[in-house]
Amino acid sequence: MTQAILFVVFILAGTALLSWPLGRYMSWAMDPARGQGGANGFTAIFQAIGGSVTRRDQDWKRYVVSLLGFNLILFVVCFAILALQQVLPLNPDAKGAIDGSLNFNTTASFVANTNLQHYSGEVVMSYFSQLAALMWLQFVSAAVGLAVLTAVARGLAGRKLGNFFVDVQRATFLVLLPVAFVIAILLLLTGVPMTFNGSVVATTLEGVQQTIARGPVAAFVAIKQVGTNGGGFFGPNSTHPLENPSFWSNVVETIAIIIIPMACVWMFGRIIGRLKHAGVLFTVMLILMGARISASIGFEAVPTQAFTSLPITQDVGNLEGKELRFGASAGPLWAVVTTSTSNGSVNAMHDSLNPLTGMMPMIGMWLNEDFGGVGVGMVNMFLYIVVGVFIAGMMIGRTPEYLGWRVEAKEVKFAMLALLSHGFFILVGTAVFAVTPWGADTLNNVGPHGFSEILYEFSSAAANNGSGFEGLGDATTPWNIATGIVMLLARFIPIILPLAIVGSLSAKRRATESSGTLSVEDGTFAGMLTATVIIVGALTFFPAATLGPIAEHVMFMK
Amino acid sequence: METFLSSLRITVATMAICVGGYSAAVWAVGQAITPGTAEASIITKADGTVIGSRQVAQAFTQARYFWPRPSAVDYNSAGAGGSNKSPTSTDLTDRANETVAAYGATAENPLPAELAAASGAGLDPHITERAARYQVSRIAEARNIPADQLEKLISERAFAAGGMFTPEKIVNVLEMNLALDNVQTR
Repeated sequence: MTQAILFVVFILAGTALLSWPLGRYMSWAMDPARGQGGANGFTAIFQAIGGSVTRRDQDWKRYVVSLLGFNLILFVVCFAILALQQVLPLNPDAKGAIDGSLNFNTTASFVANTNLQHYSGEVVMSYFSQLAALMWLQFVSAAVGLAVLTAVARGLAGRKLGNFFVDVQRATFLVLLPVAFVIAILLLLTGVPMTFNGSVVATTLEGVQQTIARGPVAAFVAIKQVGTNGGGFFGPNSTHPLENPSFWSNVVETIAIIIIPMACVWMFGRIIGRLKHAGVLFTVMLILMGARISASIGFEAVPTQAFTSLPITQDVGNLEGKELRFGASAGPLWAVVTTSTSNGSVNAMHDSLNPLTGMMPMIGMWLNEDFGGVGVGMVNMFLYIVVGVFIAGMMIGRTPEYLGWRVEAKEVKFAMLALLSHGFFILVGTAVFAVTPWGADTLNNVGPHGFSEILYEFSSAAANNGSGFEGLGDATTPWNIATGIVMLLARFIPIILPLAIVGSLSAKRRATESSGTLSVEDGTFAGMLTATVIIVGALTFFPAATLGPIAEHVMFMK
Repeated sequence: METFLSSLRITVATMAICVGGYSAAVWAVGQAITPGTAEASIITKADGTVIGSRQVAQAFTQARYFWPRPSAVDYNSAGAGGSNKSPTSTDLTDRANETVAAYGATAENPLPAELAAASGAGLDPHITERAARYQVSRIAEARNIPADQLEKLISERAFAAGGMFTPEKIVNVLEMNLALDNVQTR
């Protein structure tokens, strides 16, 4: 247990420290000050690439229209590549055509930065599809999130929102590309393959044929991790020994999951000019995530229940679905950080986690803001802040304000709409699939755990996460269509509404803060925000959790 | 219209740099600094036949070899996966029963849990040091060699994957079996 605690502290403290300089760099790259040399030199290049429309500042509506238009193009290009992969190059293992509803689901999934995968990469995808369609979207979809956060922060700072096309290029070329390249090199050094040669057929020592799939994995996995994408090169994601071959590759990949989401908080603080406030937000997020990590490691230290009646040692935690090279606490730690951040990669099979451990990733996806996806995580937290300051303002009888902006009914309605749509997608989707053959016939486990598989799948789609209780037979037309639609709506509603809130706030006159203003930099605010997140975010899902993981724990764990 | 035109221009630029340039750069670095693992650590015999990958588990069922952890996909390295069974599932109990029988585990000599639990991808190349020692008597008997020799081999090959963070040492099953057969590789 000592080693487990040491390992978690090493990863979290190390990443938190690294996020500080990265946040500083990101605010330089994403929001260069007027007259600032280096980053503004890039601005000219990005304007040249993007064309005349990129030279104008945009209001929130134009920003949204540009964003949606861009995403439409992403969708069309990816869909076309996947539909035509059998005639495209870089296909050494001769992968065939992809089914229509699977293509829709996969394209929606990667456009929405979700990376829910109803396919197994090494079985279905050519190298060209993996790189030019999927890995490409892992860059640009994450860049969209970062652009949105930058625009929201600029608006709250009382400035113009900027230009979407310039922001998305800054995020791609100045932030994601260099970070992914560094991570890719570290992955090469820790044993991850990077080859364009096709699979190898081996004759094992016992004389059996074994086909070993491989590919350009290191490049893919690096951006998969840093862009909170999570879509694996191989079906079983980072449990696969060629996607995550060693203890140290696992350390690199774990850090890569949370580094940019953490840095986003600092970047936000710098752009709005309130680093102390960012510090409070960072602390709240770290506490919410840390609580789930502790619980997860504790619950997973319980031995596999199914083995207790057999002559099998009971001295180690549950190892079903886990790899030995990562060490005991790596699985539950990753399970929480990957769902806290909307990443969705896995290094242990979540379906085989102990019941209460499996609930921790679900809670992460229900909250979806600590630290959340690249850019969009901090934007989700902004929605909770709007609701939080509104409630606090009502409680003490003052006009609610955030950073001097008066928060009124319209903004709170937008924020609540975004937050409630999350619960709507998850709970209604789960209910429909639980009572129809669409869901009931696709389960890999019986009883409450089967219900958990459905609940997890919709939580993952709505949180744009992409992990799954992978026993679920989700490669069916109903699952492909339903989760595809949920992923797209759940991606763009919480992007459009916050931009609308900022547009509405910044049209008002900004008040100067006085001693009567509710501080956003102290413990009271931190407590208020934490309470809002837990009450609004988590309690919505408590009845569903009771039917799934909690029921399973009570019924079967002795 | 302008929006789509700008989007297309950015699509071309990001595709060229983030897919073409980036993949080529990572590939080139891999070929230069880690040519072995970049190609997935393929092991070949002196005559050129491929035996497997150092990084990927392969099936072993004969008594004379160390056995890897159970695999839900029968060590299929072209379609990997886990059991995805709940730890409370009776399916796991049934599967573990077969494993227990194969090892001949008893209440006095219980099977290490890591040998009963299937790995995430079904391709875990490692077992723990104690799981290797658990198999010594079977292999010694099948090969008619002294157990000490096997114990010594395990001690030589066992390593702590994460230094101070992983007190339990592990061994690579395929490498151990190659050593047992004394196969020359290149």
